[in-house]
Amino acid sequence: MAQSSKQDIFAPWEDPSATPLIRFAGVTKRFGEFTAIDNLDLDIYEREFFALLGPSGCGKTTLMRMLAGFETPTEGDITLDGTDIVPVPPNKRAVNMMFQSYALFPHLTIADNIRFGLKRSDMAKPDIEARLEEMLRLTRLEQFAKRKPHQISGGQRQRVALARSLAKAPKLLLLDEPLGALDKKLRQDTQFELMDIQEKTGTTFVIVTHDQEEAMTVASRVAVMDHGKLIQVATPAEIYEAPNSVYVADFIGDVNIIEGNAKPKRGGKVEISWAEGEKPISAETAAAIASGDRVSVAIRPEKIAIAASKPKGLANAYKGKVLDIAYLGNISTYHVELAGGHVIKAQTANASRIERRNFTWDDSVWLSFTETSGVVLTG
Amino acid sequence: MNPRRLFVILVPYLWLLALFLVPFLIVLKISLSDIELSIPPYTPTLDLAEGWEGFKAFLAELDFENFVFLTEDELYWKAYLSSLWIASLSTFLTLLVGFPIAHGMAQAPEEWRPTLMMAIILPFWTSFLIRVYSWMGILSQEGILNQFLMWLGLINEPLTILNTNTAVYIGIVYTYLPFMVLPIYATLEKLDGSLLEAAEDLGCSRIQAFWLVTIPLSKSGVIAGCFLVFIPALGEFVIPSLLGGSGTLMIGKVLWEEFFSNRDWPVASAVAVILLLILVIPIVLFQRNEQKQREAGQ
Repeated sequence: MAQSSKQDIFAPWEDPSATPLIRFAGVTKRFGEFTAIDNLDLDIYEREFFALLGPSGCGKTTLMRMLAGFETPTEGDITLDGTDIVPVPPNKRAVNMMFQSYALFPHLTIADNIRFGLKRSDMAKPDIEARLEEMLRLTRLEQFAKRKPHQISGGQRQRVALARSLAKAPKLLLLDEPLGALDKKLRQDTQFELMDIQEKTGTTFVIVTHDQEEAMTVASRVAVMDHGKLIQVATPAEIYEAPNSVYVADFIGDVNIIEGNAKPKRGGKVEISWAEGEKPISAETAAAIASGDRVSVAIRPEKIAIAASKPKGLANAYKGKVLDIAYLGNISTYHVELAGGHVIKAQTANASRIERRNFTWDDSVWLSFTETSGVVLTG
Repeated sequence: MNPRRLFVILVPYLWLLALFLVPFLIVLKISLSDIELSIPPYTPTLDLAEGWEGFKAFLAELDFENFVFLTEDELYWKAYLSSLWIASLSTFLTLLVGFPIAHGMAQAPEEWRPTLMMAIILPFWTSFLIRVYSWMGILSQEGILNQFLMWLGLINEPLTILNTNTAVYIGIVYTYLPFMVLPIYATLEKLDGSLLEAAEDLGCSRIQAFWLVTIPLSKSGVIAGCFLVFIPALGEFVIPSLLGGSGTLMIGKVLWEEFFSNRDWPVASAVAVILLLILVIPIVLFQRNEQKQREAGQ
């Protein structure tokens, strides 16, 4: 999946000569007995929109708080622009943070909230006012400048928090679940706004989120974390199409995970016997797999075709019965039970109106997918 | 309005009417009367048997003589001013002592807080009078404090603390400390810790963050605490009479002496009415602060 990087594609992580803005080297953080971050190495490059994704308690927030300076690593080094930032207190770092609860000062107006950080720097007064105007314009808050935080809406508050944290033009902006408090529609609009602002200001963004859709939408790269370790760090497309483990495949999006015994064939192909009485799955893989290895095949439901009769020329085809249909408007997910009792999810786009749909409950159908649809995972 | 709701609203108003407004009107009436050697020790008294004519004669006898008298004798306005001063200064001192205590409580680990709260409230379980008496034991010439300081070698002769204004300040600060600590603690406890982190993140030192975030956000608690100390301290009688000296001039003490030593109920009532009028201002301000806090909380 790793495509060769072209000049016009932003992918500094593929350029060995690029120097990272942030480098975690062997960072471990322990709270008493509990290890929040476990010997972690990570490079984040300038102008990146980097997402830390994982379930709660996976260490993503701790990682971010170490960047902000609110936590110090138990072991290891963190460098920002080549300098060690571990001993630097939060108020002396060129890093700003947008808090999950926004942490707007309730006693100050929107303008004073944005001015707050600028006033702590040695900026001249006219410059502060100019910067304030710029930030208000960037976040479209001009007419709210004189209001207090409790007099504006949640979406506006979110923009104030963003403006305040961007005002000091930090080298790095940290966003802790920035859209968590917004409803779904507003969240989607705001995601694009965030990307837009990130592009305009050229600031490096590190976002912490547990919402995989959000991470996929905004980020240039996503790091999937679990138990204080990075499981996979890659572009959203790679994470989705080429997960490196069952954990990542399962965490991101919907997936069928089929476990079985591998039997290598010629031409980089592998056959996986996965259930008694079912034809083995044939899949292509680049991984070195020995005969008899226990492997999993991860197949996204949208890559499985559903048809009334047996399709011709496809490597993998299985007969089953429609067990359940989840109608989501734009797509439908069919849960199909095979003869051996296995349930496979297949998805189709609802291109035609609902009354003309082909399948209904208990219909006998054929599921099929190509040899390249599935990803063979050993971990 | 349905009768049940009316009843619910009526109860507190009846309560106020019976226990506040009626007694106040009686005091006001006495303050407009003249002193007389009789029981009760003032005149006129309303005789309902004489009907409307009697009521008119009764009204005609009421006058503002006692209030005029209060302006003529400098003892009274000096006592008012002195009370205002003592109440203000001791409120300020209580704030100085109370704020760090409240802040410390709010910073303490969660499991400790109920215990600390208990420690603040615990003195209320002992009689107020006994606690003031025990301060006499601490502050007197042969008291615990003097003996301790002499044992340490800090002083050679016992200090005179009891029966001075200093003892009054100590007494007021001690007595009203919980009233200062609790409202401040209530605001500080609600303070979102991420606000302080945000302030630090934006370039504040810890101390700057305290001044720019903690102090302004605890303002309503500080104001509430100050009023809760100032209002009762202004009319305080027990502390100045037990711990203060002959030089301690407070209106509560004057009031007591007028009532019980001079048996001049009309003048004493006039003193009380003026004291109430003085207190109306801070009470109204206090109510406003509470109102504002409620609105901000919504």
